[in-house]
Amino acid sequence: MSDHENAPIVTLTDAAKHFGPVRALDGVSLSVSLGDCIGLVGHNGAGKSTLVNLINGGLAPSSGKIAFAQGQTAFGAGVRSVFQELSLCANLTVAENLRIAHSALNGFGWRRRARAEIRASLDAVFPGHGIDPDAEVGTLSIAERQMVEIAIGFASRGSEARLVILDEPTSALDAAIARQLLAHVKQFCANGGAVVFISHMLGEVFEVASRIVVLKDGKVVAERPTPEFTRAGLVDAMGHVAAESGGVATARRDFGPEVVRTDQGLSARRGEIVGLSGLAGHGQAAALARLFLSRSSAWHAGKTPDVVFVAGDRPRDGVLPLWSILRNISISILRNDATRGMVNRQAEAAVAKDWKTRIGIRTDDVTNPVLSLSGGNQQKVLFARALASPAPVVIMDDPMRGVDVGTKQDVYAMIRAEAARGRTFLWYSTETEEICQCDRVFVFRNHAISAELNGTDITEEKILEASFEMREAS
Amino acid sequence: MSFLARHRIILPVVSLAVLLAATFYMQPRAMSYFGLNLLFNLAVPIALATIAQMLIIMVNDIDLSLGAFVSLAACVTATSLNDAPLLGALILLGLILSYALLGAVIHMLELPAIVVTLGMSFVWGGIALFILPAPGGVSPDWLRTLMTVKPPIAPMAVVAAVIIAAVTHLLIMRSGIGTVLRGVGGNARSVARAGWSLVRLKALAYGLAGLFGVLAGMALVGLTTSADANIALRYTLLSIAGVILGGGEFIGGRVSPTGAVIGALTLTLAASFLSFMRLSPDWQIGAQGAILILVLTARLIFSRKGAEE
Amino acid sequence: MKLFSKPWLWSWLAAAAAFAVTAALTSGRGGGELAYAALSFGAFAAIVGLGQMLVITLGPGNVDLSIPATMTLAATLALKAMGSQPGTAFLGLGIALAVGLGAGLANYALIYLLRLPPIIATLAASLVYQSVAIWSNRGLRIKPPTGLADFATGRFLGLPNVAWVGLALAIVVWVILERSVWGRWLLATGQNLRVARLAGIPVELVRAATYISVALFSALAGYLLASFSGGAALNMGQEYLLMSIAVVVIGGSSIAGGDSNVPGVWGAALFMFLVVSMLNSYGAVAGLRNVLTGTIIIAIVIAASTRRNRA
Repeated sequence: MSDHENAPIVTLTDAAKHFGPVRALDGVSLSVSLGDCIGLVGHNGAGKSTLVNLINGGLAPSSGKIAFAQGQTAFGAGVRSVFQELSLCANLTVAENLRIAHSALNGFGWRRRARAEIRASLDAVFPGHGIDPDAEVGTLSIAERQMVEIAIGFASRGSEARLVILDEPTSALDAAIARQLLAHVKQFCANGGAVVFISHMLGEVFEVASRIVVLKDGKVVAERPTPEFTRAGLVDAMGHVAAESGGVATARRDFGPEVVRTDQGLSARRGEIVGLSGLAGHGQAAALARLFLSRSSAWHAGKTPDVVFVAGDRPRDGVLPLWSILRNISISILRNDATRGMVNRQAEAAVAKDWKTRIGIRTDDVTNPVLSLSGGNQQKVLFARALASPAPVVIMDDPMRGVDVGTKQDVYAMIRAEAARGRTFLWYSTETEEICQCDRVFVFRNHAISAELNGTDITEEKILEASFEMREAS
Repeated sequence: MSFLARHRIILPVVSLAVLLAATFYMQPRAMSYFGLNLLFNLAVPIALATIAQMLIIMVNDIDLSLGAFVSLAACVTATSLNDAPLLGALILLGLILSYALLGAVIHMLELPAIVVTLGMSFVWGGIALFILPAPGGVSPDWLRTLMTVKPPIAPMAVVAAVIIAAVTHLLIMRSGIGTVLRGVGGNARSVARAGWSLVRLKALAYGLAGLFGVLAGMALVGLTTSADANIALRYTLLSIAGVILGGGEFIGGRVSPTGAVIGALTLTLAASFLSFMRLSPDWQIGAQGAILILVLTARLIFSRKGAEE
Repeated sequence: MKLFSKPWLWSWLAAAAAFAVTAALTSGRGGGELAYAALSFGAFAAIVGLGQMLVITLGPGNVDLSIPATMTLAATLALKAMGSQPGTAFLGLGIALAVGLGAGLANYALIYLLRLPPIIATLAASLVYQSVAIWSNRGLRIKPPTGLADFATGRFLGLPNVAWVGLALAIVVWVILERSVWGRWLLATGQNLRVARLAGIPVELVRAATYISVALFSALAGYLLASFSGGAALNMGQEYLLMSIAVVVIGGSSIAGGDSNVPGVWGAALFMFLVVSMLNSYGAVAGLRNVLTGTIIIAIVIAASTRRNRA
């Protein structure tokens, strides 16, 4: 490493990344040098994954500069990333997965060398791991897969790993294994490596990071050595600087009997707006999908469904891409006006026209293709689909993605009005502002409910507190 | 994870063993060099075709043109390769390369493999008819000698099956590039993220499938001594069935060359077994279908048990 | 320009071109006979094509490979039951449709209960159906009852009766797809199964009904074809596997599902017959015919995919 010793491995200068009109990263300057261990924290949508993808070379910046030491590419500079979503081949063995990542590993006897290399890396990071390099990844538990992925990140693979990016590496690991990882990260940095560590466990971040970078709305809002932060200060920095108080004053209303209760502890009463909060990917969407599937059938459909669903992930869960706006709105209510199984096209058109004006879908004609609409307007179509149906329970999976501010206010009012008429809403959102519209909030962490907040307790601080693990990394 | 889910080769081996035991019970005389040779006579081309299909299934596609392609290879073998060996060899090489090209095109244009190979089955079949409008042709002598050689201890078909299994096992399960190819079926995104070119890998998988398809056609001609344009049409279905019987799965790159060869042997044996049972030949095709359904049911039960543990 | 964005138009234009080229060779003579033959033979391809189209509309991976076996089995059992006796035509039709219903139920049961990919499920099942057909046929060639044979080869208002049947079915399928709740459910399921399920559509019911429909269509086609050609033959369904998929693709339905095209199926069915006649009349050998057919299918798939990528 001789003369590159003090040169940064990667330097970002005013780097920005736009996806269409969305500014995912809005001018970030950051440099990572050998020996650094950077804790990267931020709320949902702060730009963490975009930043990671710039550093590992997966994305090119829209503007600004990014420079790697030693050679031009991220891989050549020794940047390795361990992704949050599992990216192993389940049909291959542990050692074979190393082969995919390490193309120089070939020739006679590569298997032996791959086994030795992955075993060495596993032994170094997780002593006593008990993972057989010849085990097929599909037969491993989630925690073991995560361990393998981390070990591949730290494995030498031809050239030394110099900067390892760990995105929520402990999410699937138990406490003892997580401790081993933290110890290894400290050791790795002490020996001259560098790590970017992303975690919702603030205790872990405080333990390993030498420097903490706080991202908010695509910008670095704070970057200081770890000892200069306190936990409360960190949570403050992630949240709104001028924290407005608890949103709308929700007048205490009387709710009807309980209409939803799941094994997980999620419950809702008639006429109630129940929020699901916490960091993205902590089981809220899965809980809602399970609830929907358990309350509806793949084999029969009654005239009035019990539940309806408003999707936030539009391509995956919501939009029927080949169809017009009209057909997308009417799909869930076709049975209501049908005569002898035939669609009542007048009634269908009337409903679509009505909702076009009520929810303000920007189009001259509802027979236009749904994909001609902007994302926010497509989202309105999905709202219209659900609200047009008489179902008593409405499940909403982060339904406001890409919806503009003015429309949001209209939709809030609409939801409140529908709730007052006795409909129940279950509303998962990554936006605190939306969660503050709710009568009651469940905060999720690690696929379980970590807090239930009521009325005036629904504040950004309380939600953040419950979303992040505040305890010491045990 | 259950034992059977971990060692997916066990089910195919047990299926073959049970069937073999039943055959010997029904017809003890089959338990001989000559008997085995008769039982597994046509197994070699079927095993090669099954390997070809397995290579396509390995990268999450399916080949509905394989039967026509094997027929075409057989027609070329029985005509050009016999009359003008150099020209014949060049044509066969061209067929292999066109398979590789097909794989690249399917990947680049994101075409549905099932429809493209369906169209190709017309093309291959048409060319075969062009070459050999009526059944005929002659197998090259060396090929005939090779396919009818009588090795010591075990008959040709059994020896060849073992060799095919061993070679493809080394190629697909042991070698580095075979591992990457299986990775394409398992998680193409992570293979691409590690810097591999998916187009080249798909072309390689298809090209190898073409190679084994050509070998299947040659082996078939060596056994039957002549060819016709429809000689191997059944192989499309047989090869898919063989892959599945051998423990392969449709998606996820979970395939087993050894299993595929065993699957092909099982299918060949099933036909012979049924004739020993004096079951009318009417039922032979149906029995193959029933065996397929039975094995898949057994596999489902085992994998359910595995998931419960 | 709206007309040119209709994907079914192309298969009709292609059919018309093939017709014109063939007719030109005979300098107009025999044009009427050619059209009549195209409608007769095209009807069978259209009927199985309509069924296959419904299945392909269900989305990627959905296809019925058991069409030929179902056709053969239905035809064989129906002819056996009728035993060439007059007045048994409706009994035979009932038997054929019952066979179709059973095959459809069995196919879907394999797909749903054994969680098999439809390709494998219908493939394995088709081997069994084929065996039953071989066993019950036993090489006997039973003639259809005279009345039924007359109907199948007869004409009404100048058009072949089988074409009327195919036309009626096409209209029924079109009405169901475009106007009925069930059709909307099918199209939504084919675009995205998960979206459809989350929109409250009973997707498994839709899938089951679709696999039963295609088997019923195959059974009807087999029954008519056997009556038309004077008896059931074991290989009678053979060419209809590739044919059924080809007419769906050429007819402009999306292979990715969710977008089906009823008029296109008929256009493609006529085209497939006419292109063979055209090549025949120019003296092309069978090999060339097949190569051209395959090339056309692949060219259309590539054209469809580039159109999709641009959109």
